[in-house]
Amino acid sequence: MSEKRLTVPLSEDDVRALDAGDIVYLDGIVYTGRDEVHIHALEHAKEGKEIPVDFKDGVIFHCGPIMKKDGDKWVTVAAGPTTSSRMNSLEPEFIEKFGVRAVIGKGGMSAPTIEACQKFGCVYFAITGGAAVSIAKGVEDVLGVEWFELGMPEAIWILKTKNLGPLIVGIDTKGNSLFADVDKEVEANVPKVREKLGI
Amino acid sequence: MIPEEKIKEACVEILRRSATQLPMDAVNALRRGYENETDDVPRMQLKAILDNIDLAVKTGTPMCQDTGVHIFFVNIGKVDVNGLDSVINEAVAEATESVPLRPNAVHPLTRKNPGTNVGVRMPYINYHFSDNDYLEIGVMPKGAGSENMSRLAMLTPAKGLKGIKEFALETMLNAGGKPCPPVIFGLGIGGSADIAMHLGKQALLRPLGERHPEEEIANLEREILAAINDLGIGPMGMGGNTTLLGVSAEYAHCHTASLPVAINIQCWAARRSLVRLYPDGLAEYPLEVIQ
Repeated sequence: MSEKRLTVPLSEDDVRALDAGDIVYLDGIVYTGRDEVHIHALEHAKEGKEIPVDFKDGVIFHCGPIMKKDGDKWVTVAAGPTTSSRMNSLEPEFIEKFGVRAVIGKGGMSAPTIEACQKFGCVYFAITGGAAVSIAKGVEDVLGVEWFELGMPEAIWILKTKNLGPLIVGIDTKGNSLFADVDKEVEANVPKVREKLGI
Repeated sequence: MIPEEKIKEACVEILRRSATQLPMDAVNALRRGYENETDDVPRMQLKAILDNIDLAVKTGTPMCQDTGVHIFFVNIGKVDVNGLDSVINEAVAEATESVPLRPNAVHPLTRKNPGTNVGVRMPYINYHFSDNDYLEIGVMPKGAGSENMSRLAMLTPAKGLKGIKEFALETMLNAGGKPCPPVIFGLGIGGSADIAMHLGKQALLRPLGERHPEEEIANLEREILAAINDLGIGPMGMGGNTTLLGVSAEYAHCHTASLPVAINIQCWAARRSLVRLYPDGLAEYPLEVIQ
């Protein structure tokens, strides 16, 4: 386990050098995107339409922040991760189509995303769910918002981050997933738990 | 008559408090969890949670960006009130601006977001009546991460107590790290399908660690809590001893042919707030919260 500070855009080498369990802090642009962004972006790609931001070598954060307008400027109030598994069916294609190098979220993602991370050179960073005020401290500036019509939680917020973290590499490019490891341990514990419950 | 303006002010205040200050029972349970963990990853997760709770209080900021949809529990005592539905709706819209809260309430099919957290039947208001000499209004902001993992089972009576325990285990295995563990189980037993779900949510209003007054139910709460924590799912599903902070159960008599069981899952940010309003306009906030 090592601790690293990385700057976005991320290169394929940057992410392939990471191992599950490593701690990372990020600087640079991070885009928020959850259910609706994934659905819309993939629909746009299918229809050959442009999307408003370029995810290539970039970072997508499964996050629907609370934003507040201070004069003309948006300010990040709270910005924790949302449950990544809702994007399980969309993320592999999203990684392939848009060349995203890192996904930030919580709760982990399923096998097809682990495979896509391995194949296309992408990592999944886990950040503590609900720690939204602390995480917002890592957002230095809000550079803009796209697809605002999807609503505040579902829009693409363009965040300039500084020392965003700690992020734990939950899925690396070698097929490792901390969440899959925990799943195996949990499965092994089930008989003991059943016995304790008398079932 | 309690003035509508006083009720609205108090509702905005409980909405602000619930988003920014965690009740002490939840904070204490999280602190105990932190002390019980030995490995780096779960300790790091719980430390991040506890630091964030402190920072939210200090800055008066919502502790989680998912400020939920708003479930109200109104208990009308021997007092005169008027127009509660619209007063509560106005308070939710106002708090959404002033706290601020994230506008979460959308149309279920068009997904259109009115931006105010007010929509059809949302906020959802439960009304009860009492002989108290005050009006009591409680609010529970409910985030989707935990709500999405909540479940209902219509068991056959033959499944009995074992069936309930089996369902609790299945529910936690299905949820894994998704609902932001450590979580709380609101266990609703009996009634009908809708009553069981409602009891599960109502059970979450009870302070953590306060057991059901009936021994049989209290034992079930204890048993599920101890066993589930041996699963090793841990904080944020990244392994550890702290998966469940508590189990609170409520029950209702049910049809002789059925055994409905519901589990409403609450995340570590077990937010709730309460106000008591008296006819002279006095507002009391009885819940002990982190300062």
